[in-house]
Amino acid sequence: MAPSSGPRLSGMQKQVLSLYRGFLRAARSKSAEERHKIESIVSTEFRRNAKQVDRKNFIYIEYLLRRGKKQLDQLKNPDTISLSSFDVGLPQTKHTKR
Amino acid sequence: MATGVLRRAIAGVRVSSSPASKFVPLRALASEAEAQQVEPKARASTDLKTFSIYRWNPDKPSKPELQEYKIDLKECGPMVLDALIKIKNEIDPSLTFRRSCREGICGSCAMNIDGCNGLACLTKISSGPSTMITPLPHMYVIKDLVVDMTNFYNQYKSIEPWLKRKSPPPVPGKEILQSKKDRAKLDGMYECILCACCSTSCPSYWWNPESYLGPAALLHANRWIMDSRDEYTHERLESINDEYKLYRCHTILNCARACPKGLNPGKQIQNIKKLEIGSGA
Repeated sequence: MAPSSGPRLSGMQKQVLSLYRGFLRAARSKSAEERHKIESIVSTEFRRNAKQVDRKNFIYIEYLLRRGKKQLDQLKNPDTISLSSFDVGLPQTKHTKR
Repeated sequence: MATGVLRRAIAGVRVSSSPASKFVPLRALASEAEAQQVEPKARASTDLKTFSIYRWNPDKPSKPELQEYKIDLKECGPMVLDALIKIKNEIDPSLTFRRSCREGICGSCAMNIDGCNGLACLTKISSGPSTMITPLPHMYVIKDLVVDMTNFYNQYKSIEPWLKRKSPPPVPGKEILQSKKDRAKLDGMYECILCACCSTSCPSYWWNPESYLGPAALLHANRWIMDSRDEYTHERLESINDEYKLYRCHTILNCARACPKGLNPGKQIQNIKKLEIGSGA
């Protein structure tokens, strides 16, 4: 992607995008069926937070980034075969399953 | 108020019961003395103290804030952890903190109390009118007083805290024995419970938490370097002989002040530095 095509991204936005890319990469190492599921869960989570979270709420975004990184590390583990999520009322949380 | 009345009532019972036990003069004396002790306590019925506690909940993302809780110290145990548990039980169940052994052996309840790192279970509630409790400084907060220890544990892991041998044990299938003198070298190190009070009190660690190992991990590095049974001493010294990993320690010695177990990580780091010079690396 040519950098001139889109708006200039802040450091934090780049981190979020690279985390998203990391998830998509990790999903590739799983089975085709699971890969599809993981991609859809991850993309809903990212899109939901992009909509809901105040873009100035840096503390929370940084928290989500750290949480995401941890979850990505779990997903990268070859023993992790799938990703599932469930709704617990207000905030949606994700859980990796071994 | 109600509690004060109750106490006075108990004291009254004690006083009235003492003449009944006049057959045993000693016992009567003892109970009278006890009654006198109870009296002034009952007069000052409450001893309120304010605890300002750092609150941040990721589920309701807003700015972190200090929330105040008033606790009657008469109704509370002597330690800060007792106060925290009382608050969680009786005032605000949403208050989140780590705790386990309540006797300073698990290292779970490390936090910053009135500006000093320490274990809540080993820190007495100070006599002043208020106390501020915040999470360990310069650590990422997960919720309220709970911090993310991942980096800290990874650093501990990086020094390979286990016995490494090149040769098989002298007696196959048996322990590798150690003289009393060799064992004594581990005193002042084996007691560390990895509560992270020292590392998070170190300014040098604040500025380089990723690259500098910090006092706790280095103390453990020294614990294995000094172990007479370990045969990877040289490799261990090599692996931490790094401008950042080891030499970010500038002997500030906040670690020794913070350590709730009374250890001196700074001294142990000094020992590593000395050995590094000796090994000619």
